[in-house]
Amino acid sequence: MVSSQTTTQSPSVQSQSAATMAPNSPVPSAAVPAATDTQPPVPSPSEIDFSCRLPLLVLFLSGAVWLLIASAFALIGSIKFHAPDFLAGTPWLTYGRVRPAFIDSLLYGFCIQAGLGVSLWLLARLGQTRLNRRWAVTAGAAVWNLGLTIGVVGILWGDSSGFAGFEIPRYAIPLMFMGYVMLAFGSVVVFNQRRRRELFVSEWFLLAALFWFPWILSTAALLLDASPVRGVVQAIISWWYSSNLQTVWLGLVGLAAVFYMLPKLLARPLHTRYLALFTFWTLILFGTWTGVPASAPVPAWIPALSTAATVLTLLTIIAVAVSFYQTACDRSADALVRSSDQPAVKAQARTRTSALLSSPERLALWFVTWGVLGFIVAGVMRVLSTLPGLSETLGLTWFTPAQSMLNLYGFFSLVMFGAIYHILPGVIGIQFPSTRRVRAHFWLALSGIALVVLPLAGAGILEGVELQNPARAFVEISSATLPFLRVSTLGDLVIAAGHVLFSWTLAELVLKCYRARAVSAYKTATADLFHPVEVKS
Amino acid sequence: MNHGPVIFLAAFLALTASWFGFVLMPDIQVGGLQQTNMVGVAATYPVERPGLAREGLDVYRANGCASCHSQQVRQSGTVCNVVMTDAGTNRVAVIDVLTQELPDTSRSEIEQMLVGLPKTVLKGSDRPKANRMVRALKSSGAKSSLSIVPVGPDIARGWGKRQTVAEDFLYDDPVMLGSQRIGPDLANVGLREPDARWEYLHLYAPRLEVKGSIMPPFRYLFDERKIGQAPSPDALALPPDLAPPHGYEIVPTRKAQGLVAYLLSLQATAPLFNAPLTVPPSAEPTAQTNAPSKNP
Repeated sequence: MVSSQTTTQSPSVQSQSAATMAPNSPVPSAAVPAATDTQPPVPSPSEIDFSCRLPLLVLFLSGAVWLLIASAFALIGSIKFHAPDFLAGTPWLTYGRVRPAFIDSLLYGFCIQAGLGVSLWLLARLGQTRLNRRWAVTAGAAVWNLGLTIGVVGILWGDSSGFAGFEIPRYAIPLMFMGYVMLAFGSVVVFNQRRRRELFVSEWFLLAALFWFPWILSTAALLLDASPVRGVVQAIISWWYSSNLQTVWLGLVGLAAVFYMLPKLLARPLHTRYLALFTFWTLILFGTWTGVPASAPVPAWIPALSTAATVLTLLTIIAVAVSFYQTACDRSADALVRSSDQPAVKAQARTRTSALLSSPERLALWFVTWGVLGFIVAGVMRVLSTLPGLSETLGLTWFTPAQSMLNLYGFFSLVMFGAIYHILPGVIGIQFPSTRRVRAHFWLALSGIALVVLPLAGAGILEGVELQNPARAFVEISSATLPFLRVSTLGDLVIAAGHVLFSWTLAELVLKCYRARAVSAYKTATADLFHPVEVKS
Repeated sequence: MNHGPVIFLAAFLALTASWFGFVLMPDIQVGGLQQTNMVGVAATYPVERPGLAREGLDVYRANGCASCHSQQVRQSGTVCNVVMTDAGTNRVAVIDVLTQELPDTSRSEIEQMLVGLPKTVLKGSDRPKANRMVRALKSSGAKSSLSIVPVGPDIARGWGKRQTVAEDFLYDDPVMLGSQRIGPDLANVGLREPDARWEYLHLYAPRLEVKGSIMPPFRYLFDERKIGQAPSPDALALPPDLAPPHGYEIVPTRKAQGLVAYLLSLQATAPLFNAPLTVPPSAEPTAQTNAPSKNP
């Protein structure tokens, strides 16, 4: 099903001048083959956007609601570090239930849903196809949300599976699996019907991600829930699952969006296709083997292999960093435009730049840029915490959640926010009601993430160093980390405020869209009633 | 030429290689793990936790205790100690051996060593040196034994006697190793706090037992009920500010009893071949002579 021309495509992507770029695609328009003569005309971008509207709105809006729910759980959990007695009398709000509920709401509620929405749109846009099965996809989103709701309520009820990152109770998993398959099926059909046969790098990433999640989810569901394997094999599988979800799946989908959005928003070619493909191969080769901590009570080859693979993910990180730097900071493309003799090219470039400066697109670019930085820093933190010599200090401390928060919020969520802000106006056909609110969301998200990740990492390093000294009582160490944890409550609050703005913007856009539709529908429906009156006068 | 299927297959293999490596292989290697013999003790390990403790594992899971507590004791290595149990009759030879093996120790200190046996004569040494010393002492007529002592910050903190290994969790379902130490490691909590009363009080009011603890109280695992004909033997002995009204008592529910039974069952101390605590001195090299053995 993969195109025959994936490797034979011209490598001239980076040498193409920005002026020849198709405005709606990061691939140079010259590379689009003219082989579509016998087929009906290629749908316009707005037609494609319109065909995706319903599923995208459902996915993004429910993702936003899950973000709010996750923030509420995060705050409840965080406040317990100020007052351990806070809500302690309620079994379903104890820390050990609220914390997994928070992580799962964020991961399955927002990250995966937003990721699937963005994947769907990217595949439709890159393949120049309309989505024809929007009801199946929308139903899939509904089933996924139903399963997740049952799952999170189950966790609070005390039915958690006990595996970190996979706490969803066993009775909710089949629903979520079904929902995912319906959603992914829609995307795969879109991919299969694509009009542009050669693949852009993002499509590689998205296909691998779409395929990989059902594989890991069914493995975890069968071997942890349905017929559990014995002993620590459970722990190994749970580590494998959760790092394949949080490192590989989120990495694939997030980077697919980055490799599409960066060249698109900067109006420059991607540097380079081969570097992006190198990222892809290293991520699926090495990222899939990460996740088993050095302290694990398992045969020694497993953590050793996992550590080696984690160190090798540095290749992915370096490739992303180089690709990002060359695409974003390399001025040669601009210089080429500036030195161009054709006034039309210059004018086009100038209008594009000025439009970029004032429009919400620029905010989307900020989100994506900081998301890439989050990916790099989170990746380096992951490598540091597994290196022999450091893992003894950083393992089993607050450094681990700091890394995971940075990956979830600082990389994936930021990229998704950027992508949603980029996609949504086109899909709805309305500009942002308030750019100022988007800007405020950006700053709240950024400062909130810093206020969560930095204190937690600090607490982790302090805890790790202090735990090396056996003379220091554990209670003293945990008290020493408390100031850091309390600062992170502020971060949770700021992040929550950002999420409120995000949801507000989304809700307002959707309301405006449907009000406009309702008004026009009302006008059409009542036109006949008013028509005779006009005739009389 | 159509490269599509080849690329698809390559990506498929790249992804699923980790499945074979980290799902299938561990299941083949560890999933079939059986009870094993302890070292030096005629017993098998592990044994299944008692029924109440198995219920407690479920309470541990439902309340997400693993969110704050790890069950992974780490060790940075092992050292060898030599313990002399009997100096024998040839005092001079023993002192000679000790002087030779411990060049930094003065003669008066060595003479002190022979008083009040058993005593650790060699501490924190490597295996060859300890073996040599045990053999030398034996030839001088003294009796000694070699013990292997795991070391590391976790062990020095008293969180365990050795590192945790796969065998410790053989019968648990789910296995909850935890990822973080917001609270102390619990792999050996049953060894540290063997008193059920302490555990109950600590669950009901953590700061009563551990000053400055940040653990939330788990009072919903306890019942307040009217004292019957006689106070329950399980009733918590609470200080006046936490005590229930007169005529009432606080008793653990079945869930709390299970949880405490589970916590008390957490003792990962069995000496195993892959996690030795103490092993007998290595066998004497016997192939040095062809002379017939004295005791055929």
